[in-house]
Amino acid sequence: MTGTTTAPAEPTTTGVSAPPPAAAVRRRRRPPSVGRVLAWVVMILLLLITLFPFYWILRTALSSNGALYANSTSLLPADFSWGGFERVFGLQTTEEAIAQGGSGASIDFWLYLRNSVIVATVVTVCQVFFSAMAAYAFSRLRWRGRNVVFGVFLLSLMVPVIFTLLPNFILIRDLGLIDTLLGIMLPGLFMTPFAIFFLRQFFMNVSTEVEEAALIDGASKVRVFFALIIPMSVGPIATISILTYIGSWNDYFWPLMVSYTDESRVLTVALGNFTAQTPQTGPDWAGLMAATLVAALPMILLFLAFAKRIVNSIGFSGIK
Amino acid sequence: MAAPTAPPVPTVRRSGRRDDTRLALLFILPASIGLLVFYFWPLVRGIWLSFTSWDLLSPAQFVGLDNYREMVADPVFWNAVRVTLLYVVINIGLQTVVALVIAVLMQRLSRSTLLRSLVLAPYLVSNVVAALVFLWILDYQLGIGNQLLEWVGLDRIGFFTDETWAIPTIAAVNVWRHMGYTALLIFAGLQTIPPTMYEAARVDGASELRMFFRITVPLLRPILGLVLIISVIGSFQVFDTVAVTTNGGPVDASRVLQLYIYDKAFAQFDFGYASALSVAMLLILVVVTFFQYRVTRAGQTDLN
Repeated sequence: MTGTTTAPAEPTTTGVSAPPPAAAVRRRRRPPSVGRVLAWVVMILLLLITLFPFYWILRTALSSNGALYANSTSLLPADFSWGGFERVFGLQTTEEAIAQGGSGASIDFWLYLRNSVIVATVVTVCQVFFSAMAAYAFSRLRWRGRNVVFGVFLLSLMVPVIFTLLPNFILIRDLGLIDTLLGIMLPGLFMTPFAIFFLRQFFMNVSTEVEEAALIDGASKVRVFFALIIPMSVGPIATISILTYIGSWNDYFWPLMVSYTDESRVLTVALGNFTAQTPQTGPDWAGLMAATLVAALPMILLFLAFAKRIVNSIGFSGIK
Repeated sequence: MAAPTAPPVPTVRRSGRRDDTRLALLFILPASIGLLVFYFWPLVRGIWLSFTSWDLLSPAQFVGLDNYREMVADPVFWNAVRVTLLYVVINIGLQTVVALVIAVLMQRLSRSTLLRSLVLAPYLVSNVVAALVFLWILDYQLGIGNQLLEWVGLDRIGFFTDETWAIPTIAAVNVWRHMGYTALLIFAGLQTIPPTMYEAARVDGASELRMFFRITVPLLRPILGLVLIISVIGSFQVFDTVAVTTNGGPVDASRVLQLYIYDKAFAQFDFGYASALSVAMLLILVVVTFFQYRVTRAGQTDLN
């Protein structure tokens, strides 16, 4: 974690002065300045605040409820137990669960997990694909009215999603799709303005020469899209897909409106309900934290795999 | 999906100016459906519904400005506006300062991907997860946060159960989730400031603090403006965290506008009134965004 990844293009400044790190001349072994030490202290403090809740989820999930009351401050799991996870996955009988401080209510975690996976996957695949198609039309195809239509799409960025939720709910209801996964997925299935702009930016940069060559070889524009543009933009497509997946997985308000029974309940909504099912003895914190961990885990794994891509994608390149 | 046929006039392709209109229409068809059905139509419908009285069962009835008249006289509405504004001010104020600190520290200390990944971590979990974790950490009896307060010698605080603390606490929880993301946005903006500026300033003997206020802040202004606009719009729409932790309570202390809209629509089935509230929210957003754009002159750089 000591800034030695890429040689910074800018000079690293310390309190007084710093040598520009020319390739060979690395920071000489001289005591770091007070300012720099102070800066690291602040940074580490902020990191602690950032990461502590994650540890606390894990620590609580591996504790048993009874011990949490007595050892609420111990940094290690209080009376280590897999009970929380067992309750989440329905591996305990109702009596066991109640004895360990659970609500005893049957929660079909696997079903919620399945629903979340279906919703996030289908939304991501369709949304990114359709957005890519539109982005291709707006970047590589020549047609009249292209800029006007693109401007209209640009306008949709101004519509706050939150404003569309209520009317969209009514539409989904009119379509008879309340309490179905399709109803949850439908509004996000076709596009988001952001995905179109993001991909258009990259498609515009694919060299025209390669495209011309393919066209002269007799390839159709459709073929150019599938065999050339998409393969050459795998990076950006992966980035926007990951961002879409995370966003869809974490969505709460919309699925809350549409789903009423377990059939269409996704993880976030199920977790939100969890607090409502508090047993009389007090909340089942161990079980709740275990459920929270399981709900967040897929995103954490996704992030571990693609951290660099995600981190570097955050900026204004897509908008400006 | 749909394997579209190639444009039927292959001869045109050879000439310098090609026209792909038919293919283009086909390619924007799905996105256009999404745009019209799920963005523009709801916008129109939402505004129209705000002039009706509708409980979903009987047909909607046009009632003119009745909903708006009721709204102006509705103390819960005004309270919701006040609470939401309070939330936005605390949330954005805290978040911008912390994110700016993180971004500047990252720029000065390390550009490692690991550090940036760690900073971004909270952004990956849902609002619901963030809300639940802090509900536990800040629990009055057992929460480690309150234990810590007691250990330091302070009184325990009912973070989510005390009227004065509910909104600041919820705002802080959402700062926790979003500060890393905001910091990375600002960090990206920092990269656009030419390093030569700092070098020149350093030659002139400027202190670190002076460089921050005289170079970093002014040159970051357009980016900071955009970041503020994006995060303020997001901040106004707060719902998840409130719904999971306090559900608007205690009393109405954390009943933000979005929660009130949800209650009106789904608990009281007053879709007309809920739509009018949504329009009010939309208007507030438009005004605030416009105002911010003017004040921060977002997007106009001083770098030339």
